[in-house]
Amino acid sequence: MISIEKVSKTYRGANRAALDSVSIEIEKGDFVFLVGASGSGKSSLLRMMLREDVPSKGSIFVLGENLISIPARRVPYFRRNIGMVFQDFRLLPNKTVFQNVAFCLEVIGKSPAFVADAVPSVLKLVGLDGKQDRYPNELSGGEQQRVALARAIVNKPQLLLADEPTGNLDPATSQEIVNLLERISAAGTTIVMATHDRGIVDRLKRRVVVLKDGQIVSDDRGVGYEKAEEAR
Amino acid sequence: MKLGYVFGEVAQGLKRNLSMVVSIVLVTFLSLSFVGTAALLQLQIGQMKNYWYDRAQVAVYLCSEYSPAEACPQGEASADVKTAIEAKLKDSTLSPYVDKYYFLNHEDALKQFQEEFKDNTITNYVTADQLNETFWVKLKNPSDGAIITQSFTGVAGVEEVRDQRSYLDQIFSILNAASLAAVGIAVVMLFSSILLISTTIRQSAFSRRREIGIMRLVGASNFYIQLPFVIEGVAAAAIGSILAGGTVLAIVQFFVQGYLAQSLPFTNFVDLGTALTLVPIIFGLGVVLAAFASIVAIKRYLRA
Repeated sequence: MISIEKVSKTYRGANRAALDSVSIEIEKGDFVFLVGASGSGKSSLLRMMLREDVPSKGSIFVLGENLISIPARRVPYFRRNIGMVFQDFRLLPNKTVFQNVAFCLEVIGKSPAFVADAVPSVLKLVGLDGKQDRYPNELSGGEQQRVALARAIVNKPQLLLADEPTGNLDPATSQEIVNLLERISAAGTTIVMATHDRGIVDRLKRRVVVLKDGQIVSDDRGVGYEKAEEAR
Repeated sequence: MKLGYVFGEVAQGLKRNLSMVVSIVLVTFLSLSFVGTAALLQLQIGQMKNYWYDRAQVAVYLCSEYSPAEACPQGEASADVKTAIEAKLKDSTLSPYVDKYYFLNHEDALKQFQEEFKDNTITNYVTADQLNETFWVKLKNPSDGAIITQSFTGVAGVEEVRDQRSYLDQIFSILNAASLAAVGIAVVMLFSSILLISTTIRQSAFSRRREIGIMRLVGASNFYIQLPFVIEGVAAAAIGSILAGGTVLAIVQFFVQGYLAQSLPFTNFVDLGTALTLVPIIFGLGVVLAAFASIVAIKRYLRA
């Protein structure tokens, strides 16, 4: 699903590598936490997986595409198989919940019939039925993140990338979002989630990859945050 | 591809940037009007050159009964005069310079006149005997007109010798300078309209940066993302181009045909049919330049 080998990335003007010879394999159906302090390279790694950025060195394959050599015009089609959510939700404030989710289907050329069918069912899945005509500023943070999740998964992606999706949410709301992610994972979607949230990582007991200064310092299954930290 | 979405975005973009769009329309309109005017001038020059340079370049007008007495004390030129002139044209002094010459009697002169001004009301008032009998002399080298002028000026039976080229050239050089000036202004203005279009497109893209961000995230194709912006620039420029085309037609209809052709009935001016062929060129130029400017602007914005 994802195969990253010896990937390094140095941003222009930076004296230290954002990623330093990172290698990681992620299988189909995995639920992987990327943990580490700010600046440890979590977001950079996610950006590489989405082909927002290209490594300076190394090789990266995602969903069978070689992201070093993929032609620019194929990138949009590659991204259609990937969902992504962010800490800051990134909803369109002038569109309703329904329109926000529908927008991302419309712009990849889905038929109105498909949109009319897919959007209500995904909104129901994330627990937003009945709120489809609200605007983002009328929703709580947790609800906004559900909209963002709905948008990320409405096209049934094989891979879901989440960059600190609970970073702006209180613990209880965070737990709801994580529960949703678990359900999505259970349905077969591969999930890679960058997070600071020790509680969630400890509770879920999934694969935890710890990054420090752009390097992977541990990669364990079924351990909590602390264990993973200790292991290094 | 959903056209509804694309045109919705275009309409929104145009509305949001109304003042910029209006300025694109105006600048494109003015610059292309200058382009059109320059083209009209060139066509006019071409039309006149075609007519005049193709024909005998020095005219030896013989006296007619209407000629002024100072030039033609004997009245209508006699057959002897004509023979003498023809002999002079044929003799060894002048023949090296003469390519060919021909004689136009009153009737031929009227025929030529009528053909030349067939759309002009003046043909209704001119009769054959008002037109001079003429020797048209085509020179091997058109700049040798002075030789003919000197040889026949003051000769009995000759009313006047005119080297048309010398005074046509003056007109042409003035018209040429005017059309060059128009082209110069047009180039500067077209350049500023290209800059204006790219600024507007960048601004428009910036005001929709969230949408663009989401579209890139979810995998909308570049074509789909760029299309509304390109159409936006092209639409604004197209309005300006249509106005410019209309202006060129109006100039020909009302100024050239309506005023100039009336006040200078002896000159053949460009007509509406010729001007109509300029309209698609002006429109095409405006649209192509706008498309180019928009595509470059949006691609650069998206890459940044």
